[in-house]
Amino acid sequence: MSTTSTTIVNLPDQRTARIPKRNYLNNEDGLLSWLFTGDHKRIAILYLISITFFFFIGGAFAGLIRLELLTPQADLVASDTYNKFFSMHGIIMIFLFLVPSVPATLGNFLIPIMIGAKDLAFPKVNLLSWYLYWIGGLFTLAALVLGGVDTGWTFTTPLSTHYLNTHVVTAATGVFIIGFSSIFTGLNFIVTLHRMRAPGMTWFRLPLFCWSNYAASILMVLGTPVLAITLVLVALERLVGIGVFDPTKGGDPLLFQHLFWFYSHPAVYIMILPGMGVISEVISTFSRKRVFGYTAVAFSSVAIALFGFFVWAHHMFIMGVSNYSALVFSLLTMLVAVPSAIKIFNWAFTLQKGSITFETPMLYAFGFLGLFTIGGMTGVFLGALGMDIHLTETYFIVAHFHFVMVGGMLMAFLAGIHFWWPKMTGRMYPESLSKLAAVTTFIGFNLTFLPQFILGYLGMPRRYHAYPPEFQVLNVLSTAGATVLGIGYMLPLLYLGWSLKYGAIAGNNPWQATGLEWQIQSPPLTENFIETPIMDHEAYDYEWLAHKTAQEVTTVG
Amino acid sequence: MHISPVLWQFLVKWLNASALFPREASTIAPYADALYFFLLLITVVGLALVGILIFGFSIRYRKEKHPVAIQVEGSTLLEATWTIIPLALFLIVFVWGALLYFRIYNPPTNAMNIYVIGKQWMWKAEHPGGQHEINALHVPTGRPVQLTMISQDVFHSFSIPDFRVKREVIPGRYSTVWFQATTPGTYHIFCTQYCGTNHSAMIGEVTVLSPDDYDKWTQESTSGMSLAQNGERLFASMGCNACHSGSAAARGPNLAGVYGSKLQLTNGSQVLVNDAYLRDAILNPSQHITAGYAPIMPTYQGQISEDGLIDLVEYIKAMQSNYRVQQTLTTSTSNQAAPTTPGVMKP
Ligand code: HEM
Ligand SMILES: [Cu+2]
Repeated sequence: MSTTSTTIVNLPDQRTARIPKRNYLNNEDGLLSWLFTGDHKRIAILYLISITFFFFIGGAFAGLIRLELLTPQADLVASDTYNKFFSMHGIIMIFLFLVPSVPATLGNFLIPIMIGAKDLAFPKVNLLSWYLYWIGGLFTLAALVLGGVDTGWTFTTPLSTHYLNTHVVTAATGVFIIGFSSIFTGLNFIVTLHRMRAPGMTWFRLPLFCWSNYAASILMVLGTPVLAITLVLVALERLVGIGVFDPTKGGDPLLFQHLFWFYSHPAVYIMILPGMGVISEVISTFSRKRVFGYTAVAFSSVAIALFGFFVWAHHMFIMGVSNYSALVFSLLTMLVAVPSAIKIFNWAFTLQKGSITFETPMLYAFGFLGLFTIGGMTGVFLGALGMDIHLTETYFIVAHFHFVMVGGMLMAFLAGIHFWWPKMTGRMYPESLSKLAAVTTFIGFNLTFLPQFILGYLGMPRRYHAYPPEFQVLNVLSTAGATVLGIGYMLPLLYLGWSLKYGAIAGNNPWQATGLEWQIQSPPLTENFIETPIMDHEAYDYEWLAHKTAQEVTTVG
Repeated sequence: MHISPVLWQFLVKWLNASALFPREASTIAPYADALYFFLLLITVVGLALVGILIFGFSIRYRKEKHPVAIQVEGSTLLEATWTIIPLALFLIVFVWGALLYFRIYNPPTNAMNIYVIGKQWMWKAEHPGGQHEINALHVPTGRPVQLTMISQDVFHSFSIPDFRVKREVIPGRYSTVWFQATTPGTYHIFCTQYCGTNHSAMIGEVTVLSPDDYDKWTQESTSGMSLAQNGERLFASMGCNACHSGSAAARGPNLAGVYGSKLQLTNGSQVLVNDAYLRDAILNPSQHITAGYAPIMPTYQGQISEDGLIDLVEYIKAMQSNYRVQQTLTTSTSNQAAPTTPGVMKP
């Protein structure tokens, strides 16, 4: 095989190559050295293991939901149980998987290295974030084990406050605590990016991954406290009946909706911006080109973060918000879709005149581009006032947000995990198996969620345990797709585990990428850099890299 | 956006037959579908464009063919293009969507009104003529129908996909939606807002009848008592008539003809008397005192069900004079208490 021309992978000679003797993984031994670590890389690994654990729990619930929906009747489980399934699925996937996914794992691992720092600004706070994550996670698991919770991930009042006798307060406490974990992560990133950049690393030399995590961090810090307040109010309402959401006590039932979506709309951007950062890195590397319109991509992240705070009422168009506010929120929703469109075209044009190869991360990134385009465009359907009336609260919504969150963020996450796996572990994953996984995921995903758009337009409501028989064919397709998708997600778990021991030694820079993280050993030293790097070139400068490589060859040779 | 009607019919029929598309059974449905098809069109075109760019560049600039990348910084012209064109398209969608929204949510003035009460887990429809239905709704073709809806407990949402209408049904607040059915038949009603255990069983059926059949149905299924008549009984049995008797010395304001008027309140503000105001004035009287009256009306919070409130609202709406009030006043003081009405909540 003439691999030289179809791949950029450049591994050291496997007969002589060794994993570096000293690295962050073996620097200290024992479980305690992990549990008390301040090393951002180790914390990233702790997060990676934790979110993977929760991902598969959330995934199991998704499987159960799809299994129930195979038939129109409510036959697999009781209605209450079904309601607990989708509530747990949503709570776990959103708060315990998607929100921390890219920032807490890849962001934690990479941001300090990308800016040439030894660690985040507050390593102990970083560790605290992880503990908070787990305390919140345990509360959530407790709610699950003690009998479950059936509010849906949206905790809608007055259902959650007056009508359900499940473990609402326990679950809300869990989410409340996890919220602080993401606030601290956001704060840490913001301070780190402001204060700890290496000499020469100006804002406009930052990799776009840093920009998008910066934008997401702003959202985490400003948005999450509102979620915390909302959950406290829900708990108080349940426990002592303070009545802020209760019309019979002079409260306003719509207030909850406003507060909840004031966080949860920005939260959807917390769940996509970091993924967009991954896509920028991957597409640039595998087309050997600087990202087209670097500044536009950087600023569009910030624009999304800012506009993202002013569109929350688009979740409430049918709830009797005044006509004028509906108009304003619809208009702003249209505006917030524009930066996303800009990014798609910037990424597409990054390919132009490049020298493109198709390793696994790139395949996931292509998957992202297609699926996120559909997800974003269907967001425009929902932002159009009159169209939203018919589509809201149906499977169209379910399909829309799975396209952006799973088709977008999860694809980006997997792209990133494969891309930086050699850096994190020092070893390569098996290429052809992982390509198979990427393709399987893409096919399974479309088969699962495309039928749901049609179901939504037909009117099938979301969160339905049973449905009219004429919707069955599309539901069966969706369940079939979910099976394929499930396989697509199991595969990486298996072969990435395998590669820890048997993968090829990756060397410093298997992809010949330009980021600072690729100029150091894999896996990196605990202190990342032996001496503080000096940034004397722009981000994605492939000529600088070529020059550097040439020099190394001559000095060694 | 004018497709030929023949083509449109054909398209819709075909999609219907393959169970990929809901029926168009209201005057609004074709408007909603037109926007939907426009949105689908721009999505498909956009997706095709992205696809062509990605695949085109991937083939043209793959490493075998193009071993060395050529660095380009970006291009303001291109950037402007893909900012302005999506922006323009999204703005068109915004205007179109807004027009559709106003069409769906602003009822024509001649709409007939039906009340809908949502509660865990059923829909109750109350026609002004006194027809009551559970999880069912009968409406005629060719006449605009407005639903005035309220929830007795949690948020629900009333959806008829084949009409392309939906509206949240909220506790403690009337919300409305209207439609005009075009084709006789039966259509799904769904509750689309998650409302607890039997959410997916909170479904029903709209039966659309031709005007003649509808008249027949109204006559056959009347309970013999219109909502206003029920309201009149309540008005007497709850003692409303003691103060709102309409006489000059009455302690409460005269209610005849009050519906639709502008009322001056003691706090200086003016309000329009509509269904929502009447309901609120019964439940929270101290919040809006009509100018010139003392704040002596007790609250009826917890004493009248939503059904009862609807009866009262209908009664006051229809009240043109105080003749009947005074009549009932004499009967109730003459020890002939009105029979209990089903709408009254037992303590
Ligand atoms: C082009 C950008 C986007 C636009 C214009 C958009 C628009 C909308 C609108 C209008 C709704 C509300 C629909 C309704 O409730 O009736 C919605 C729902 C939703 N969107 Fe998006 N969206 C976009 C991108 C995203 C992204 C990037 C994510 C997450 C990564 C996301 C996640 C969600 C979720 C989770 C919901 C549903 C929440 C729920 O009701 O449970 N959206 N979107
Ligand atoms: Cu939103």
